[in-house]
Amino acid sequence: MIFQLILIFIMIILAVAASLFKDLINAVVACAAVSLITSILFYFLQAPDVAMAEAAIGAGLTTAVFIIAIRKTERYEK
Amino acid sequence: MRRIVSIIILIIIAVGFIFAFSKIPFGKDKINVANYYIKKGIKQTGAVNIVTSVVLNYRGFDTLGEVTVLFIAAVGLGAVLFVERKIQKNMDDKEDKTKRASLILRTGSRLLFPLILLFGAYIFVHGHLTPGGGFQGGAIIASGFLLMYLAFPKQRINKKTSGLAESLSGLIFVGIGLLGLVFSGYFLTNFLPKGIPNTLFSAGIIPIIYIAIGFKVGFELTGIIDDLLERSR
Repeated sequence: MIFQLILIFIMIILAVAASLFKDLINAVVACAAVSLITSILFYFLQAPDVAMAEAAIGAGLTTAVFIIAIRKTERYEK
Repeated sequence: MRRIVSIIILIIIAVGFIFAFSKIPFGKDKINVANYYIKKGIKQTGAVNIVTSVVLNYRGFDTLGEVTVLFIAAVGLGAVLFVERKIQKNMDDKEDKTKRASLILRTGSRLLFPLILLFGAYIFVHGHLTPGGGFQGGAIIASGFLLMYLAFPKQRINKKTSGLAESLSGLIFVGIGLLGLVFSGYFLTNFLPKGIPNTLFSAGIIPIIYIAIGFKVGFELTGIIDDLLERSR
């Protein structure tokens, strides 16, 4: 239970950090970490199938799509 | 006048919602539908994984809609990027200076890629026995292909083969649904024998449909990544 609370706390910090970063690559990586922690929490909440989908799509593919988009546009927020 | 009519209609709708919601046993252990699935799911569908029995048997039509939504998204993205690719093509021909990935990434992804594919296939073949299923397995396969794209940026998947596999698996899904209509009178009925629960060859049409969904989702997501990468060169 305490472990889950720690994870939730880290998740909130990462989510706030993702919105504050000026370097968008950092923001995307923070988002991916939020997805990864979400998938761990899904596993603790007895939903392993959702955890699998979250880890593969949220942390893997969505991050790739964001990074491809950033590579094509601008890396730093003005 | 219009305002009064709209207020009256809103009040009628609100009363209807209140009557409907007052019947729902909030806070009880399990509501009727969930209890029905838990008690009769294994016997009726043959799938040990109750989530799968709901997704592909009781709510199979909904899953067909989900697959269609994903397909439309992939087709729309491909259409948008295809138009822009034509314009861009002339500019890109000269500057083909894609850097090679590092040795660690190349070797590691070469080692991991078959294992990731095997894991994805395991997930969607065992969809009726263990957690997971076609969508999860497909996403894992697509992430394996993404790893290969990162390690070897110049290589592409064969668009014709992947498109063929994708459309074939979609057709298998719809075709099995239509076969259910022919044999049992309902779309997507589980018309094959259920078999013994907890074995690989059980649960009738569920494993077949999940394999089809796994291929479809995997190739669709890979196609999305491929389109985006080709555009972003």
